[in-house]
Amino acid sequence: MTPFDYERATDASSAVARVVARPNAVFLGGGTNLVDHMRLGVAHPDLLVDVTGLPFARIDLMADGVVRVGAGVRNSDLAADRTIRERYPVLSQALLAGASGQLRNLATTGGNLLQRTRCAYFQDTTVPCNKRSPGSGCSAIDGYNRDHAILGASQQCVAVNPSDMAVALTALDATVIVLGPQGERRIPIGDFHRLPGDAPERDTVLGHGDLIIAVELPASRVAAHSAYYKVRDRASYAFALVSVAAALQVEDGHVQDVRIALGGIAHKPWRALRAEASLRGAAATEENFGRAAVAELADARALKHNGFKIALARNALRMVLRSLLAGAR
Amino acid sequence: MEASITLRVDGEQRSLQIDTRTTLLDALREHLGVTAAKKGCDHGQCGACTVLLDGRRVTTCLSLAVACDGASIVTAQGLARGDTLHPVQQAFLEHDALQCGYCTPGQICSAVGMLEEAKAGHPSFVTEGLTAAPELTDGEIRERMSGNLCRCGAYVNIVAAIRDAVSKGAMS
Repeated sequence: MTPFDYERATDASSAVARVVARPNAVFLGGGTNLVDHMRLGVAHPDLLVDVTGLPFARIDLMADGVVRVGAGVRNSDLAADRTIRERYPVLSQALLAGASGQLRNLATTGGNLLQRTRCAYFQDTTVPCNKRSPGSGCSAIDGYNRDHAILGASQQCVAVNPSDMAVALTALDATVIVLGPQGERRIPIGDFHRLPGDAPERDTVLGHGDLIIAVELPASRVAAHSAYYKVRDRASYAFALVSVAAALQVEDGHVQDVRIALGGIAHKPWRALRAEASLRGAAATEENFGRAAVAELADARALKHNGFKIALARNALRMVLRSLLAGAR
Repeated sequence: MEASITLRVDGEQRSLQIDTRTTLLDALREHLGVTAAKKGCDHGQCGACTVLLDGRRVTTCLSLAVACDGASIVTAQGLARGDTLHPVQQAFLEHDALQCGYCTPGQICSAVGMLEEAKAGHPSFVTEGLTAAPELTDGEIRERMSGNLCRCGAYVNIVAAIRDAVSKGAMS
């Protein structure tokens, strides 16, 4: 680990100013990803501005039904929150599907949104990686790429985003509230994470000194009928090979409303807009669920070792819709 | 870069001077000589370094000690009351819930923290329905303890020990 200064932020604006003033400064939340990266030599900040003491650890139900989650809320507290469990079960389940009890007690909402890929080549500083060292090449494209992307990848990067929480937030149309050097702004979750393109070193649209202060969940009827399904190599405490966050509302046998996002298959949580479009208004049948899954994965491209993910994603998507339909009856 | 911090460790106030790069685990083990928390993977993947930080179970290998200034920490060696073991420790002994014992302090701290979470009604990923109070079935115990690996594979007896501790009132 390279040496660094440490400061506790006293208020959000000065925390932003401190980071803006130092090109290699970063914010510190729970540290579960950042400290590991510092030890691995993947990250080399020279100043950590600890933002865990800022007053962003609240979950507020607003008058208009919007739920505002402070960026400092720990993953375990968000998952256990009554309002979240009742109104957005997919979010509770996604959080509980991630990491372990110990890590969820540390990890924050803002930090979870910023966690970086678990691509083994990204974490190994002895091999090329365009995300860690831009222009050095991608070791995964012709390497062991079983865990990698099947949608939205580029010639520069085939890594996937590892977050479960962000997949649920994507299905829920959440908004990320950011405080930057120019003040506050709101970013729809779908625009927050990036596809790799020619700049895989950038996971999100945030700039240097941008601090996530909250995430807002819109009031949503369909969200109460939602679920998270995760396929992984062991029953617990593993990253997703494929995951699905879905919400389904059925009336008179027809799909009234539907929200779907997929995890483990792309550089960002993948909003399944094609599947949603094919389902909205259609009969809620196994056949139509299958058709929607096929439509969503139509552009999927397999690398040498991850072809199984295409069928896995289709099947997982169908299965979640089927179980949500059974629950709605 | 140096920093001065104070930690309350197993009931004792300790002050120390550390490099900011020092993790909480290294501060406990190398600076304070509190070796109950074990270093396994040092990447947050095995749970051997689990302690209770301000009452909640956490891994200590991914926390910087400087960020924990003022915190209260209980390790496995601080759980007993004099010669009376904590009910979870007693249950681990009675059920032979270990082989080499290296992961055991982390397992025990994790179990104690986990029981508090269950007592507060927190669901797990395998809880049927998110709103009812969870019942600690074997499946629930396994899921909630999945952050603690045991290379000897003593899982069967670990689950039995925790189940027994619950039935003897460790949660009440």
